[in-house]
Amino acid sequence: MKRFDALFKHQIHLMFISASTYFAAFLFLAFMGIMYVLALMDVSSVGGSQSATEKFLSVFWVPVLFMVPLLTMRSLSEERRMGTLGTLMSTPIRAWQIVAAKFLACYFFYVLLWLLTLVYMFVAQNYLPQGLAGSNNFAPAQVFTGYLFIFVSGLTYIAIGIFASSLTRTTFVAGMLSFAMLFFAIVGSGIISKFVVGDAYMSWLSGPMEYMQTFKHLEDFSNSLLDTRPFFFYISTACLLLGLTSLITESKSS
Amino acid sequence: MEASDNTNSVIVRRLTKSYGGVKAVDGVSFRIGRGEVVGFLGPNGAGKSTTMKILAGMTQADSGSASICGVNVATNPDSAREHIGYMPENNPLPEDLRVVEYLRFRARLKGVPGRDVKRRVEEAMQTCQLHRRAARKIIGNLSKGFRQRVGIADAILARPEVIIMDEPTIGLDPHQIIAIRKLISSLRGKMSVIISSHILPEVEVMCDRVVIINNGRVVASGTPASLRKEFIPGERYGVSLKADAELFGRLLSEIGEDFELADSSGPDADGYYSHTVKAPGGRNCGALLIGELSKDSSLGLREVSRREPGLEEIFMAATRRSWDETRELSLHKMGSGDGSRADAGEEEDSI
Repeated sequence: MKRFDALFKHQIHLMFISASTYFAAFLFLAFMGIMYVLALMDVSSVGGSQSATEKFLSVFWVPVLFMVPLLTMRSLSEERRMGTLGTLMSTPIRAWQIVAAKFLACYFFYVLLWLLTLVYMFVAQNYLPQGLAGSNNFAPAQVFTGYLFIFVSGLTYIAIGIFASSLTRTTFVAGMLSFAMLFFAIVGSGIISKFVVGDAYMSWLSGPMEYMQTFKHLEDFSNSLLDTRPFFFYISTACLLLGLTSLITESKSS
Repeated sequence: MEASDNTNSVIVRRLTKSYGGVKAVDGVSFRIGRGEVVGFLGPNGAGKSTTMKILAGMTQADSGSASICGVNVATNPDSAREHIGYMPENNPLPEDLRVVEYLRFRARLKGVPGRDVKRRVEEAMQTCQLHRRAARKIIGNLSKGFRQRVGIADAILARPEVIIMDEPTIGLDPHQIIAIRKLISSLRGKMSVIISSHILPEVEVMCDRVVIINNGRVVASGTPASLRKEFIPGERYGVSLKADAELFGRLLSEIGEDFELADSSGPDADGYYSHTVKAPGGRNCGALLIGELSKDSSLGLREVSRREPGLEEIFMAATRRSWDETRELSLHKMGSGDGSRADAGEEEDSI
């Protein structure tokens, strides 16, 4: 455990000194800040049934598509390119521990960046004119379940990024792979379900596709509808991907 | 846990490893005693790095066994790694970290107790002359020599029983090589050290024993003196005089049938030729040569000196012999149509 602790702290340290982390943080916070202001303006001028928080969280996937690759792309590909993965494996540490430490470090930053967006809501609640802030922009239960969805789904997204990073020695390729896989994971099931609806031969796919629909999960969570199935889906997918990544890491370390 | 052997810290038995049908390591067996410094020699692609990687637990052997301090590397890799300090070929290091940060991280990873980390890192940095300005430098900005030192400091900082260094002196200037030679000598008796190197005089100076590997097989093992006796029997003399190869050859055959002219060069600016003479061992051939060659003053005998064959010559002789054996073996196989190994009955720990 002490070794894992050392490895985890080292990964956190590496992330703090990496330019791509700050670039990802800047892009993410700037984009989400703009999105939150737009959501507030939309709710205050147009009204409607959706709260500002709901509108704000509905675009969560856009920053995920660039933030996750930026956070994860260097994790294993850089180690492989430099040859330091082999040096790590020459110590009494297992491949799964390396992968888990990298995953947790990236996930820590993912959660941290999302938690920082709570500042927007705090500022809107306390410092913006009542008209712009709206009356329903900060419903604690909705914020809690919305962020819970982001944190749970983030397990899979970060695992996808780490998995993509283990497949190649080139950081840029790892980033592109991660982007493509995330895009498919977030919107792929929605696109496939559109095709299978009404197709007699493919109708059996509609059930699984429905089960995997990210936006359906987000909607449920935003409405404070907590179901164990999305938890199981995201956590099991993350475990599967991390298991595969460990196997790849072990085979590529020599 | 294998049966513990108090005299040997590394025991390798019939290790085999193939990459895509090509045998990189083919039945390698050797033992390394506690506190011994052993040089691992071989041409490129001989299987040195693969053997070292297997010992470090970074790759699995197809068959055979390797144990470090009584711990089987294949079945207990984590436990075996606790006894090893490994410096891989090319010494990969993270570019973004400071030397001291990296070494502290490595110490924690290797299980050095938290309260000892700072002291152990300081000690390792002092041993490798990294404790002054280099300690706070970013690794990516270090010169090749300093990077090698960081790799060696990493290998020794957990005070392992076995240190494996793949080409530790590659790319270093003579001052740095001398420093690393001193460093390795200082480890003698405390840790078992395995060094692979292409710089043969270096190995000869640093190592107690040499293991020569070629085509994935150990072709020679022993102290430089014992290898000299085995691969280059007899004695060699350097003779400098005013006689060309043809004349000198005739003179040698007159002195004795056992003498053989091995090599000739010259003449130099003063008209002297330099010859190397192979002579049978056990007789005082030097006195005989001086006595006979000084009789004729026109030969102008300038020098007769005994020449000790270097590790380079031993290495060449050992690898040549192994290539000859391989060629004979393949000819034998082609002739008999039998794929069985000719050396199947070879003793496991014969080397």
